[in-house]
Amino acid sequence: MTIPGTRAQPSTDVVMRAIGIAKSYGATQALKGVDFEIRRGTVTVLFGENGAGKSTLMKILSGVESPTSGLLELDGEEVVLRNTVDASARGIAIIHQELSLCANLSVRDNIFMGRELVRGGIVVNERQETAETLTLLERLEESLNPKTLVADLRLGQQQVVEIARALAGEARVLIMDEPTSALSGSEVEVLFRVIHELTAAGVAIVYISHHLEEALEIADHAVVFRDGALVATGERADIDLDWVISNMVGRSADDLSPDLLTEFGDVVLSLRDITVADPTNPARLSVDGFSLDVRAGELVCLYGLMGAGRTELLEALAGRVPVQSGTVTLKGRLITRESIAQRIDLGLALVPEDRQRDGLVQTMSVGENVSLAGLLSFVKGLWISTPGERTAVQQEISDVRVKTAGPAAAITSLSGGNQQKVVIGKVLLTAPEVLLLDEPTRGIDVGAKAEIFALMAREAERGLGVLFATSEVGEALNAANRVIVMSKGRIVREFDPRTATREELMIASGESTDEETGAGA
Amino acid sequence: MTVTQPRPAPAGDQQPPRAPRRFSIRGNDVDLGSILLEGRAFIALIVLIIIFSALSDSFLSVNNMITMTKHVAYNAILAIGMLFVILKGGIDLSIGSTVGLSGVVAGVLLQGLQLNSLDVVLYPQVWVVVLCSLTVGTLVGFINGTLVTRFGVAPFIATLGMLYVARGAALLISNGSTYPKLGGDPELGNTGFNLIGGGRILGVPTAIWIMVVFALIAVFVLRKTPFGRWVYATGGNERAAELAGVPVRKVKLRVYMISGFCAATTGLIISSELTSAAPQLGETFELNAIAACVIGGAALTGGRGNVRGVLVGAFVIGFLSDGLVIVGVSTFWQITIKGAVIILAVMLDQAQQRIKRSKNAALAAANKSSGPPASPAA
Repeated sequence: MTIPGTRAQPSTDVVMRAIGIAKSYGATQALKGVDFEIRRGTVTVLFGENGAGKSTLMKILSGVESPTSGLLELDGEEVVLRNTVDASARGIAIIHQELSLCANLSVRDNIFMGRELVRGGIVVNERQETAETLTLLERLEESLNPKTLVADLRLGQQQVVEIARALAGEARVLIMDEPTSALSGSEVEVLFRVIHELTAAGVAIVYISHHLEEALEIADHAVVFRDGALVATGERADIDLDWVISNMVGRSADDLSPDLLTEFGDVVLSLRDITVADPTNPARLSVDGFSLDVRAGELVCLYGLMGAGRTELLEALAGRVPVQSGTVTLKGRLITRESIAQRIDLGLALVPEDRQRDGLVQTMSVGENVSLAGLLSFVKGLWISTPGERTAVQQEISDVRVKTAGPAAAITSLSGGNQQKVVIGKVLLTAPEVLLLDEPTRGIDVGAKAEIFALMAREAERGLGVLFATSEVGEALNAANRVIVMSKGRIVREFDPRTATREELMIASGESTDEETGAGA
Repeated sequence: MTVTQPRPAPAGDQQPPRAPRRFSIRGNDVDLGSILLEGRAFIALIVLIIIFSALSDSFLSVNNMITMTKHVAYNAILAIGMLFVILKGGIDLSIGSTVGLSGVVAGVLLQGLQLNSLDVVLYPQVWVVVLCSLTVGTLVGFINGTLVTRFGVAPFIATLGMLYVARGAALLISNGSTYPKLGGDPELGNTGFNLIGGGRILGVPTAIWIMVVFALIAVFVLRKTPFGRWVYATGGNERAAELAGVPVRKVKLRVYMISGFCAATTGLIISSELTSAAPQLGETFELNAIAACVIGGAALTGGRGNVRGVLVGAFVIGFLSDGLVIVGVSTFWQITIKGAVIILAVMLDQAQQRIKRSKNAALAAANKSSGPPASPAA
């Protein structure tokens, strides 16, 4: 393909094309045959809810994952991207949603990681690397010492380093997955200016963000994903926020809604002015003055974007991280410095967000995982009563409907949905008063999602208070009695899911109660 | 479930294409390959016995078997303690020094404790001596555990430090010399120490009995008590265990104390059998204990391993060393062969884990719960 000398009609030349890309993980189809074009010198913005398939497509385009079927074209020729090194050699760079920096290395070493400038084939040319790092940082208007360790930077600065690294690679296609999630307002402006410079130089940019308005601001071209399929495309001139949201929402493909109670019991969990410090940056508050009452039988949903403080709040309630100030009252009893085990005893238990990292012991069997938290209740004298444990585990497994060969099966032999049911079963076996669930349906298929919500509704009916966090609007509206929208650690607004619309929730989640000041803290 | 793609292969580049020979045990289909792999340490032990008894007439004799098993017992008791630490995901390098220290403590007490201010020499009874030695060993473990839990020192470093400190303490107490003649004196009422390692019950050396008792207790603790389950959980996934209410710190502290206790026991047994306590006793013993655990299938990453495997591992190492001596292989070759066996064991373990992982991944893909929620699991 010949490259035109001028940028007279930049919107017409396609750098990269995906044809019929499909990707399945086991039986879950994350992408269902997507056709997609990336054009030279333009910003293509991808919209879609969590799980709509955006990130999967980006992973395929950048060589992180390979598609189950379909093919990729670069400059009109078919390519197979074996891995990220292969992709970046072809000029495709990605800024990941999760930061992928080595905290133990300096800013400079991170930027040149994997493509070190070498003198004489042996020695790393540190002077030149430092100089180029300074130039890159200057372009991003970030005054950092190239020799500072990344561990000593705050999150926003780390993100700038991540961006600098992508720029250093001289990319032709630059994919940005949520690049602004940790940036302050002024940093976002700088980023947008850099994006304009890059597009003017002919770089193609693919941009993903949950901040719809912000993303619209820089879009030349918009693409909307829903349920693993590309559902709409539009040029900037023809689209607005309403167009984006209505396409994102579509028809309710998954009607999850279980039957919910409408009458509730007494308040079981009462939170007053809770503040929690950010574990990675203690100067910042993850949760800032949060108050809430949960009644017996009630399903309360915490809806918000990534980084809204939902996880931190739930982890603080479970005793994983300390509550800075404020009071937690469980069934009239003040909870202050109790350990995780004591809180479980009192009836406050968490189903964590990251099943693999925090929920399961991978080396243990299904049965041992189920009984782990409630183990002490099977102890007779010195030892665990085997029949007692077996009966309880069997009952719990069938109660939460885990599909497994039996309690002795390896936990890794279960699908994601069934593993999640094991985690929930483990927590239920401790006879909780309040059930806390963080993203209970993350990474599981639709059928299992409905089952998990049915489970939560059933437990609420049995008199538990349920507080769960989600970043999917559909879940917030269908599976809860009350939706609390959180942003920047605070309650933005409260909705009744029977009357609220998806649009209202989405817009509210992007708002903040006040502008963040002193971003350089 | 129908899969249109030829093979989604969720977790592996190479699925084993072979058709394994299958037969059935207790209704479960098992293939010969994985049985051989599963019981490899045991098979290795049998192979060793066959080879050595072919090469030497005396190898299979009752006396030789008892002697070799007694040697195995020293290492097995250490390895049982080490297993607790390894299951938790740690390592204890200090046990060899603890062996020496506990022997020296016993030695100094049996020789008589000089109290200068009162101008008397104290001769404690043997059970007091034993108790003191075991307490010192457990204390070394307590220090290890405290360093790991309270001060966040990596287990390797903490126990490496204690390896030197405990050895130094043994040398300081004994001033570098060996305590001879620990038999005691009937007039002083402190006889009987030599029975711990030298005595026999029903014709079998006490060391072997102690190994059996320790093994049984360890099996019980690991399989039947909440503490045992917590050890496995902490080693398997510490974060998940903590969130499930497992007292992770307490578990960590205890496993090091158990390891120290076992090491002190071994120190007592050996110095009793030798009826002398040398401060150098137990050097590199920790490496044999780790080797026994690894050959027995314990994962150094934690969460996987059992007492049965560790015992078989200890027997493999013990019979291999003694057998090579009996057959007359040079010391240099003995060391080399032992190293090769350890590496081979770990390689086979990796192969087994890989097969297990791909099997489980295939099962997981087949176990999708996409069915209607109306069908409860039977």
